[in-house]
Order: sequence, then C-alpha cells, then structure tokens
Amino acid sequence: MLELRNVYKTFNIGTINEKKALQDLNLHLNPKDFVTVIGGNGAGKSTMLNMIAGVYPIDSGMIILDGQDITNKPEYKRAAMLGRVFQDPMRGTAAGMEIQENLAMAYRRGKRRGLSWGIKSEEKEQYREALKMLDLGLEDRMTSKVGLLSGGQRQALTLLMASLQKPKLLLLDEHTAALDPKTAKKVLDLTEHIVETQELTALMVTHNMKDAIHIGNRLIMMYDGHVIYDVSGEEKKNLKVDDLLQKFVTASGEEFANDRMMLA
Amino acid sequence: MEGILLATQGAIAQGILWGVMVLGVYITFRVLDFPDMTVDGSFALGGAVCATMITKGMNPFLAVLVAILTGVLAGYVTGFLHTVFQIPGILAGILTQISLYSINLRIMGRSNLPLLKMDTVFDMVQHAVYNLTGLELASVHVALLIGTIMAILVICLLYWFFGTEIGCAIRATGNNEYMVRALGQNTNVTKVMALMLSNGLIGMSGAMVAMYQGFGDVSMGTGAIVIGLASIVIGEVLFKSFKSFFGKFMSVVFGAIIYRIIVAYVLQLGLTASDLKLLTAIVVAIALAVPVLAKYTFFKKLSRTLHYVFARLFGKVKRQEGEQ
Repeated sequence: MLELRNVYKTFNIGTINEKKALQDLNLHLNPKDFVTVIGGNGAGKSTMLNMIAGVYPIDSGMIILDGQDITNKPEYKRAAMLGRVFQDPMRGTAAGMEIQENLAMAYRRGKRRGLSWGIKSEEKEQYREALKMLDLGLEDRMTSKVGLLSGGQRQALTLLMASLQKPKLLLLDEHTAALDPKTAKKVLDLTEHIVETQELTALMVTHNMKDAIHIGNRLIMMYDGHVIYDVSGEEKKNLKVDDLLQKFVTASGEEFANDRMMLA
Repeated sequence: MEGILLATQGAIAQGILWGVMVLGVYITFRVLDFPDMTVDGSFALGGAVCATMITKGMNPFLAVLVAILTGVLAGYVTGFLHTVFQIPGILAGILTQISLYSINLRIMGRSNLPLLKMDTVFDMVQHAVYNLTGLELASVHVALLIGTIMAILVICLLYWFFGTEIGCAIRATGNNEYMVRALGQNTNVTKVMALMLSNGLIGMSGAMVAMYQGFGDVSMGTGAIVIGLASIVIGEVLFKSFKSFFGKFMSVVFGAIIYRIIVAYVLQLGLTASDLKLLTAIVVAIALAVPVLAKYTFFKKLSRTLHYVFARLFGKVKRQEGEQ
C-alpha cells in the first residue's frame, strides 16, 4: 500500500542547526496494516508522517502510495488519498466554522471545489449519523462552532473527518498526546473502531509503549531517521515494554532516555 | 439644523458607496485573516480607471465594470507576489499599492481628472427616473438609491459565494490553512481568489466614489485601509447581535455609514478635512478600546442601554408586554 524507498531529509542544510531527520528510511506497508510507530525525540517519526503527507519535499528517495509515485506531488493533491489527525487538536479543524461545515469540507477531500453549495441538506443526515457514532452528543450541536468544543471532542471530530472519505492511508501523529488519559483512551478506542470497521491502512505515532503494543498488528521503532525494529503478528502481541526498551538499547547502542516513554 | 440634516444625507450616501470598499476589506482582514495593504492603491485605481474611461467616452456602467476588473487584477498581483514568491502578506500588498500610485498617474495622465459635464452612472439613473416618472431626484438621493441597491446586491452575492464549496474553503483558509491543505485544497488558490474578489469590490467602490465626487484623483485612496478598518470595528462593536454571516456583512456597511456620519458632524463642528486622519485614528482607537472599557460597571450599563436601543431599532428584541 505504502512504500518508502531510501528516503533522506535534512533540515537547515549547511547551518549550525543542520538536522538529519530521515536517513535511508525504508518502509513497506501492506493493505490493512495498522502500524504503531515509536522512537525517541528526534527519531524522525513525525517527519516521516509529514513527508508522506507532503508538508515538505524530501531530499532524495521515493514515496509510493497505492501504486502511485507521489514523491513530487504537492500536499493538497496527496490529500485525496490521505486522512490525517495531528497532535495539536487545533490543527485539524476550523474553529470559526460550524461542526457540519467542517464535516462538509472533509467530505469533499480530494474533490474539486466549485460553486455548488458548500453543504447540501441531504448530507446533514449522514453527518448526524456519523456524529452519533462518536457518542459525544455532537449530533445535536451540528451548527455549533468547532471552537466551542474541548480538545478531545475536536480530536474525535478530526478523526471522523479524516475517515469520512475513506483514505488509502490514515496518518495519526501522536493524536492523543495532548489529551488527558481518560479522553485519550476514548479517542484511541474510537481510532481502533474506525480503522477496524472501515478496514483502513494506518500509521500511528505514539509515545505510549503500552498503546503501541496493544494497538494495531505491527510495530516499528525508529532511531536516527530510520527503522531499527519492525515486528508484527504474534511476536508483537507478546511484547512487553521492557522488551522494547531492551530492543532499543541493542539496536541503537544507547540508553533509552526519555521520561515520557519510561513513565508511560 | 438644516445644514446638519443635509450633511447627514450626504454622509449616508457616501457611507454606502464606501461601504462596498469596506466589504472588500472585510473579506481580506476578517474572512481570510490577511492584512491586505493593496486597498489604498486599488481604490484609487478604480477611480482613475473609471474617470479615464468616462472622459474617453465609454458608457459609465461599462467603465465601472472595467474598474472592477482592474481591481481584480491588482488583487491578483498581490496574491501572486505572496503565494508564488512567498513575500510576506503586508509587504506584498504595500508593493502593489506603491506601484499603483505610478500606474494611476499613467492611466489618468495627470493627478486629478474632473468629470465635469460628463454623464456618470448617477446622472444616467437620474435622467432615467425623470423620464419614467417625472420625478426630479436630488443627486444625493440618486446616490442613496444606487448605493443601497449596489450594497444589497453585493452582500447577497457575497453571502451566496461564501456558502459555496470554494467559498467555504476560503473561509476555512482564514481559520486554519493547515487543515485546508490536509483536506485537499490548494490554499494558494483560495488566498489569491479572496484577494481578487476583495480588490474587485474595492475598485468598484473607488469608481462609484469618483463619479459621486465628480473627479478621479491619484490620492483618493490614501488612508482607505484605515477607514475600512474603522468602519469594520464600528460595525462590529455596535451590531454585536448580528451573528449570521449575512448580518456581519450588513453591520460592516452600517459601520461605514456611521463612520461617515461621525465625520460629517465633526466637520460641521468646525474641523477641517485635514483633521480627518487624526479623527479616524481616534475613532478606531476608541472602538478598539470599547471591549476593554466594557469591563467597568459604568460602561457595562451604558453598553447594555445602547444595545437595547439598537436591538429595539432593528427589531431584534421581543416586546416584553407582548409576551405576557
């Protein structure tokens, strides 16, 4: 479904802030893979997702999605194939617009926008049904401005928007990191539910090792801009957090020094 | 007293004609959240083009259309500089604005082009009304008539446009452009479109004002941006209860009218036209200070009274007696 071939990306080349974000990154996803991505700060997890989405161009290498070479496609063209949820709950929705207007925008992802109405009355019923699934009572607040919602509600809404048009690949960039544990759990359950029922292919970056182990069918660990550990199936299910830490030490030759991950 | 009454009528007419410009400013400043400085240039451009075309013998209605198109072009240039060359928005607008000064002089061939003895849109409508009904309208009434029709048409058009798919995308761009790109819309396109639409309206307003005042002038747009902001702020502060998109456009035009009335009264009090810039700055400062002042009890009471009066005037408050 997705293939990254020898992808390199360096930020601020030639300056004192030069940062080799991705180095010879290779990854192959099969259809319906639900992959969790872990790694220390600066390992290149978010950069990888941003490169797939086309936020920045890559320096060299190739990105193939669903048989199409998208390496040089601009972000807004790739969007037709991608659903995205960001770490910052403010990023995925338009605060000054109504819930239903946000959904209508998402419903038209990847389609040409013309001069017909931005939201048609027959769509509204469909959105109401979709919102009911979230179980947040948003179906009765469809004309409320999104800015009035809490961070968790906005993340749930963004998730719904990302999957309203079935994406070829769902990119989740630490989408529960900014939420309190209870809300994070709810959004994660929702994520699993959506990925499962719609049979999506998904990449989920997380800092929570337990989540990384329990969710999805495959786990990759990144270090220094490439994948250092890739595990799936039974082997993944039987992993323990300690195993992952051990793996990290052997693969990278460094202590896993990251409070957030240790405490998680 | 009669002087004030006459001045008020003139102010309302001017306010409506300028109101179309304010709608343009509203699109960039509020809807797109883009500080577009092209305004001063494109407003004078509209006036210059319209005045030149009319003196060359073009039909005034057609001249207004050409003025709109040149305004659209000016907006495109700013958008192009900003999106393709990634020049910061304010600077892109200033570059276009400054270049338009020279361009406007070239277009008119001089700094001031009078429209004496030339038929403008206002004259034509005045004649038409006279021929049809025998009614001899004063020019200020003609301006009121045309201005009102024009403002209503423009507001309806904008209301429709911002409800369409592409219009929604423009509004969303002003909210969160990351999201818009993630949802598959090229934000460069939405930005340029909004700038074109905005400056088209500004050019149109410039053309109407030039015809109303009877000349095109290279400096007629100077300070237009501040006047636009003043009108927007006045409208938003006084008509807070107008929550819908349609209402917001209305409040902005009302703001433009109220701004002109304030100006007219102050001129009646003996200030001169050269004091207006200071006055405008003070009005904007006061209007922006209102939300802060409103925290004090005295101002709270005052604003509640004012709101009640305004709401009553515009029929937004249900009568208490009627409900009992």
